[in-house]
Order: sequence, then structure tokens, then C-alpha cells
Amino acid sequence: MERRLDRTVLLVAPGMLVVLLLFIYPFLYGLVLSFEPKEGAGPANYLRFFSQPFLYRTIATTLWIAIPATLVNVGLALPIAFRMRRNSKWQRVLTTILVLPITLGTVLIAEGLLTYLGPQGWVNRLLIESGLASVPIRLTHNYWGVFLALIIAEFPFAFLLILSYITGIDPALPSAAATLGAGAGRQFLYVYLPLLAPGLAITFCLCFVQAFSVFPSAVLLGAPAGPTRVMAVAAYTAAFEEYDYSMASAIAMIMAAVQLIIVVAVLALRGAFYRGPAGGAKG
Amino acid sequence: MSEVAAPVTARSLADRLWSTATVVLIAFFVINVFGVIASVTVSSFATRWLGTWLPSGWTTRWYRAAWDEFQLGDVLLVTMEIVFIVVALAILIGVPAAYALARRDFPGKKAVLLMFVLPLLVPSITYGIPLATVLYQARLAGTMNGVILANLVPTVPFVVLVMTPFIEQIDPRLEAAARVFGAGTFRVFRHVLVPLLMPGILAAALLVLVRTIAMFELSFLTAGPDSQTLVVALYYSVFAAGVRATQSVDAMAVTYMVTTLVWLLIALRFVNPTQLVTRVKEQPRR
Amino acid sequence: MAEGFGELRLDGVTRRFGAALALDRLDLTIRRGEFIALLGPSGCGKSTALNCVAGLLPLSGGGIWLDDKRIDVLRPEQRGFGMVFQNYALFPHMSVRKNIGFGLAMRRAPKAAIRSRVDAALDLVQLRAHAEKLPGQLSGGQQQRVAIARAIVVEPPLVLMDEPLSNLDAKLRLEMRTDIKRIHRELGRSTVYVTHDQDEALSLADRIVVLNEGKTQQIGSPEDVYARPANLQVARFMGYRNILDLDAERVDGRRVSLRGAGVALNGTAQQGIAPGPVSVALRPDDIEPGGVGENAVEARVEIVEYCGRDWLVDLVLPDGRTVYARSPRKLLPGDLVRCAVDPERVLVFPRDAGV
Repeated sequence: MERRLDRTVLLVAPGMLVVLLLFIYPFLYGLVLSFEPKEGAGPANYLRFFSQPFLYRTIATTLWIAIPATLVNVGLALPIAFRMRRNSKWQRVLTTILVLPITLGTVLIAEGLLTYLGPQGWVNRLLIESGLASVPIRLTHNYWGVFLALIIAEFPFAFLLILSYITGIDPALPSAAATLGAGAGRQFLYVYLPLLAPGLAITFCLCFVQAFSVFPSAVLLGAPAGPTRVMAVAAYTAAFEEYDYSMASAIAMIMAAVQLIIVVAVLALRGAFYRGPAGGAKG
Repeated sequence: MSEVAAPVTARSLADRLWSTATVVLIAFFVINVFGVIASVTVSSFATRWLGTWLPSGWTTRWYRAAWDEFQLGDVLLVTMEIVFIVVALAILIGVPAAYALARRDFPGKKAVLLMFVLPLLVPSITYGIPLATVLYQARLAGTMNGVILANLVPTVPFVVLVMTPFIEQIDPRLEAAARVFGAGTFRVFRHVLVPLLMPGILAAALLVLVRTIAMFELSFLTAGPDSQTLVVALYYSVFAAGVRATQSVDAMAVTYMVTTLVWLLIALRFVNPTQLVTRVKEQPRR
Repeated sequence: MAEGFGELRLDGVTRRFGAALALDRLDLTIRRGEFIALLGPSGCGKSTALNCVAGLLPLSGGGIWLDDKRIDVLRPEQRGFGMVFQNYALFPHMSVRKNIGFGLAMRRAPKAAIRSRVDAALDLVQLRAHAEKLPGQLSGGQQQRVAIARAIVVEPPLVLMDEPLSNLDAKLRLEMRTDIKRIHRELGRSTVYVTHDQDEALSLADRIVVLNEGKTQQIGSPEDVYARPANLQVARFMGYRNILDLDAERVDGRRVSLRGAGVALNGTAQQGIAPGPVSVALRPDDIEPGGVGENAVEARVEIVEYCGRDWLVDLVLPDGRTVYARSPRKLLPGDLVRCAVDPERVLVFPRDAGV
């Protein structure tokens, strides 16, 4: 790798242009726009947002969906990925199967769940015929539909990410711990967990950010007028139904801010619990 | 010879219970995923399906209906156009950028890397709304060009991040050798780099393709009635599901699924499934 | 685990990988305080054997007994052996002190005891000053010493070492070798040491087990293995660079008359020899160019390499075969020399078609 500025460096220019013009600029533009409201002046949008329950409740609603879903996803992905850490045929099979939901995307999953979880769908059919329920359980057009959609869509992502962190740990380390008297449980507690802490934090943040931005599921599978009125829906409504782009930008900014706060909090929490390098290779 | 894996002798009861629990969980998850896919597929072939395990009759007329109602033919065409252009542009822009990042160290490189990483970390709806606003101002919203531009935001960085380690793996002395023998930059690219990078470029292209077909938020926010991709059309059809029979919506869903899966299967021949998810620091493993 | 034990017995220990036999019926009894080296080329099964003793690999056959207690059914955490890994396997997120104290912490020893024992171990490996550092901040040699300290601080009945010096540079390797010998002498713990380096094995071990392709080739003291290799495999591995296919004309007890390659020599049989084709092993340093003994061959000098103390010469025998020797005096290419060799140092083995 040479350190110099020559024509080759210019090759990044088109890419940079794309990111600058289509990502950074719109963001800044949106930020400025959010302070130029349709009615009122300056921070009127933000004031309106935080004074109308219909609007500010969306933060809580979205968090109420995103955080439990992320906790479940990461919480389940960890033990399962740990169990699959040895590179076996099963690991590869499972990895390939899990890629399916990610590839199919949230819209298809939402559509599929409408049928699958619907009152006539197989889940309810099973519950009724096995006697676990007497009437079909409402799993669609409410919180649960969206929650389950998030699990299906995000769990594979969490699993694959955590698996890659786990397989990055030198297998000699838990072996060394074993020779020193640590059984499987203590190996996990004293070797794997501390070394995974940074990766887990990152996985949580990435999953949370995805879950927080849930949109098509919340509309198709949820109740966008009420219990699943997430921030993305509010922003979309402002932009495309009320044609209030300024307000929409304000909501998008608030979304970004909330995500940032949670991410910083998680990373700080992890930093408080663990110090030292990530990765398990010989120094 | 060291095959020190993890300790493998006699497993304790706790270990075995734990093992069983995880297997059950995995099975549960996989069964449900297949259940979702299956119920959509079955429904799309059903004449009527109410209150029974399987439909009372089978038909393919919903596909015909969906094709006509949702103009699937046009939508598929538009989708493929958009997706292929996005792939082509992302490769053309991303690969040279990856080359520069892999071969040169320069002041501000960290900032540049951050700029390429951010669009992959920030969810698409968050930057999609401001982006749609800007495109609206530029009068590109609702056009195919607008959709293409919007989709470049996640795909160009993706190509850069996937290709950079690939290029780093190629010995720079090969290029030096080529130059010593008289090749200029263009010919170095053409005769040395591109052939060596072909597998990586192919992999990146397929990954971008699969991801763009499934990309909803950006296409949704920027598309007009003539520039909807398949997934956006699917969304609208579900939206309007009250008016139309759910079976035709399911037929459309199956069409979307098949399209995606075909490309996924092609992609999986060349890439490791994990790369679809790519952790930003992941090394491509072939 | 018993602090002092009488012996560790490996009885027919076998390990299979699919259809391949990584280790074939290893029989070995290790007495208290012994330093055993498992020596052989890569893939010979030495690391496999070590991992089986540690419990990191299950046995496909045979058993391992500690005195009269069968231990191969125990998990590694129940065996209580200390182990030093090839890449040290130090916990990167724990300080040196915590790393060393890990085994004691797992046994729930009282804090004060842990502290004092870890201090003693740190002093033994001379790393007291680095106790609070992280492994990533240490050099390779220092990490190695931490790994050793960690293995011995629990006062295990057996210490296992898996090529601990192979990742160090040559100078450091020699220093650490002396350290390991010193520690073994001070603590007297039975040790099983895996290496592919014959110098290490010769200098450290009380007994050497030479392995090749999973099979035991020879078990003996360093002198035994060096001067009296049991077969051609061992001879090759222990530096007998000259392997010649000759004919045994006459066999008289252990004395063998050899002919071939235009030479007539007397040698000593290492195994049962009948007149006929045989293979002969000779060390370069046992051939004296210009020597006056009776047992001698004529050869022409072809290549001369200066080695500081002496010269390494490539000699060509009358039939064109090359033989390596060391000469205290300078020779010139093209010289004809008479090379004497002690018949006791001309080792005769049965001809092995596959070797």
C-alpha cells in the first residue's frame, strides 16, 4: 500500500459523488428543511411533534416494537450460533436456509404472514384443532404480526453476524480454559462472552436500527393507525399524504436521533462491562 | 498437526439439554419460515380456501389474473431494467473506488471509508425520506432515473466494501510486472486486473442484484406509477387487497418470490451465503 | 487430581479420523517426574497423542490410566493437567495475572492463595514486572512464559506442551529451552513435550518417543535414539543423512560385511540381518575424510561448504552415489580422499522397499 496522492486516488471520486449527492446532501438538506416548517417558524415542526400525542407517541410505539424484537433476536441468535460454531454440514445448511428470509425481504414476509397467521391460516388452524385455542387468535393487523415479522426478517441477520464473530474466536482458547478446569458453562462465561461482547453490542445496534425503521410490515401486517403507528409511518404520512416535506424531514431527523441515542447507550454499556481487545487471536 | 477444536469428550446432561433446546428452536424457526412460504404458494393455486387445511380445488387462473391486473409483464420489465442498470453502475463506480482504497493510502482515507460505510449502517427509510424529497425537488421523483439513483446509495458502498478485500488479495507486484513490460494503466486493468477480479466482480454483481430486487423502501419512496419495481407493486397490491381476491395477490407474491429465488440460487453458486449480509469488515471467503 | 502419582499409562491408545489412523496403538508408561518428548515429522500423530491425553480428543481405542484410575473417560476440565498450547492460547481479555490465576480461580481457591501462588509463578518465569499487562502487549517469548506459568501454577500431576517453542525465533528458542529445563528441574513435574525438532527432544527429554504416521517407531533415552535408531525412519529423522542401499555379504553375529557402490565396508546390524540387500545409515559426522582407520571407502570430493567450525563436503562414491561428510580440514573439489568410518557407526538395517 503506497501512501501518495496520484491519479489512482481519483478513482474514488465517482463513488464519493454518489454518497455525497445522494446521501449526505439529502440528509443535510432534510435537516435544514426540517427547520423551515409549512406553518410557523424555526423549530415549529419539532415543537408540534413533541406536543401532539399522536406524533410523539410514535417514539414509544416504535421502541416498544424494536427493542423487544431485537432482544429476542440477539438473545436467541447467541445460543443457537454458539451451538453451531463448529463448521459442520449443519452449519452450512442452516446458514443457507436462513438466507431465505433476508433475501425475500420484509414485504413478502409481511404478505405471507397475512395468510399464514390469519384467522384461516395454518397457525390458527393448528391451535384450534389441537385444542390450544377455541377461537382464532388475532395475530395480524396488530402488534404481534409486526413483531413476528421482525423476528423472521431479522433473526437470520443476527444469527449470521454473531456466528461470524464466534467463529473468529481461536478455538484453542476454550480448550485452554478446559484444561484449566472450566466446563462448557464456564468456558462460555469466562472466554466466549467477554470476547463476544463487542460483537454482540454491534449486532444489537445493527439489528435495533433495522427494527426501528420497520415500515412495510407495520403498514401491511400491523395497525398503522394505532398500535403499530411507527415513526416511519408518521414520516411517510407527512411526506406523501400531507405533502409536508418539512415535517417529514423533521420526523426523519428525530428517528435518526433516537437511533443514535440508543446506539451510543448500548456501546457505552458494553464499554462499562468489558475492556480489552476484541478477537481471540494470539496478540 | 493441530486439530485442537473445542473439547469434545463425554458431554454432560446440561450440555445435552442445551443442545436439544437449540435444535428445537432452530427447527421451529425453519418450519415457520417454510410454512409462510408454503401457505402463500398454496393459496395462489387455490380456487377457494376457507377454513380447511388445504384448498378445496386447484387452479392457475390467479396467475393470469395477477398478470393482467397488476400488469406484471410491464412491472417485471421495469424491474429488470432498473436492477440491471443499478448493478452495472454500481460495479462501474464501485470497483475503481475499491481499487483506489485497496492500493493507496491518502490523507482523509478514514473519512472516505466512513462515508462508504454509513449508507450500509443507516436503514434505508431514514435516509430515503430526505432523499426522496431532494429527488422531488430535482424533478426526478417518480421516474425510473430517480429509482435508479436512489438505489445507488446502498449498492455502490456495498460493492466497494465487498471488492476492497478482494483487490487487496491480488499481489500488487503483478501490476508492477505488467508495467515493467510496457502496459499502461488501461491495459493493466484489462489484461491483469479485470481477469483476476472477475470472480469477485461476478459475486458482487449477483449480490447487488439480489439485494436490489428486494430493496423496498428506496424504490417505494421514489417510484412513480410507471417505475415501480416488483416488490413495490406487491406492496401496493397487498394494500389494495380488500378490493381484489387475496389469491391473486398471493400469485403475485409467488411471482416475486420465484424471481428472487432464481437469482439467489444463481448467486449462491458463486458466493458464500454470509456475504449477502456482509459485515463491513468481512473477508470474502470463497 | 492426585498431586503425586506413580505413573501415567497409555495402553493401546488409538485415534481415528474417518478412515485414517492418526494414532495407532500407542503404548507408553510415564513415571513420576519424567520428561517425555513425542518426536516426529508433521502428521505423525504426536499432537494427536497429546490432545488425547489432555482430553481434547476422544479415543477411538485403548485407554489411559493414572495409577489405577482410568482417566480417558473424563472431560478435560476434570483431568487437572496443565497444558501449554502451540500458539499459547492466552486469554486476550485478561491480564497476565488473571491468565495465570485462571486455573486456580476455576478451582475456587481463596483469593490470598491465588495471589501468592501467581506471584510465585511470575517469579519463576521472571515476569513479575508485567503482571498487569494484557497478552497483546507482550512479546512472543513473554507470552510463552505466561503460558508455561499458567500451566504449572495449578501444580498439575502432568504438564503437556504442544510445540511451545516453534513460533519463536532461533535465539529465543535456545533461551527458552534452557528455561524449560530449569523449570522442570526445579518443580519435578512429569512432562509430555511434543516437538518436531530433534535437538529440542535430545536436550530436554529423559525419554523420547519417535512417531511416524501414527505408529510408534522407537521409545528410548536420547542416547539410544541418537546412536542406536531402531529403524531407518528414526535414523533418517535423527540426522543420519546418508542412507545407502548395499549388499550384506556375510553376517557374523552383529558384524556385517557390506559390499556395493564400489566399496567394501564393515557395519553393525541394528535389527535381524540376513545376507542380501540391506540399507545402511551413516551420520555425516561419523565419516572421517582422510582418516586412518581400517574400515574405509575411497571417494571424490565434489562440493565443499564452509561452516565456520568445519566443512560440509559432498563426496561421490565410485558408483556415482553421493555421501555427505564433515571435514575438519579444507578439501578441494576433485580431491580423492580416503574416508574412514567406525564400523560401530555404520548402522545396517533390512532393506525396506518403501523407505
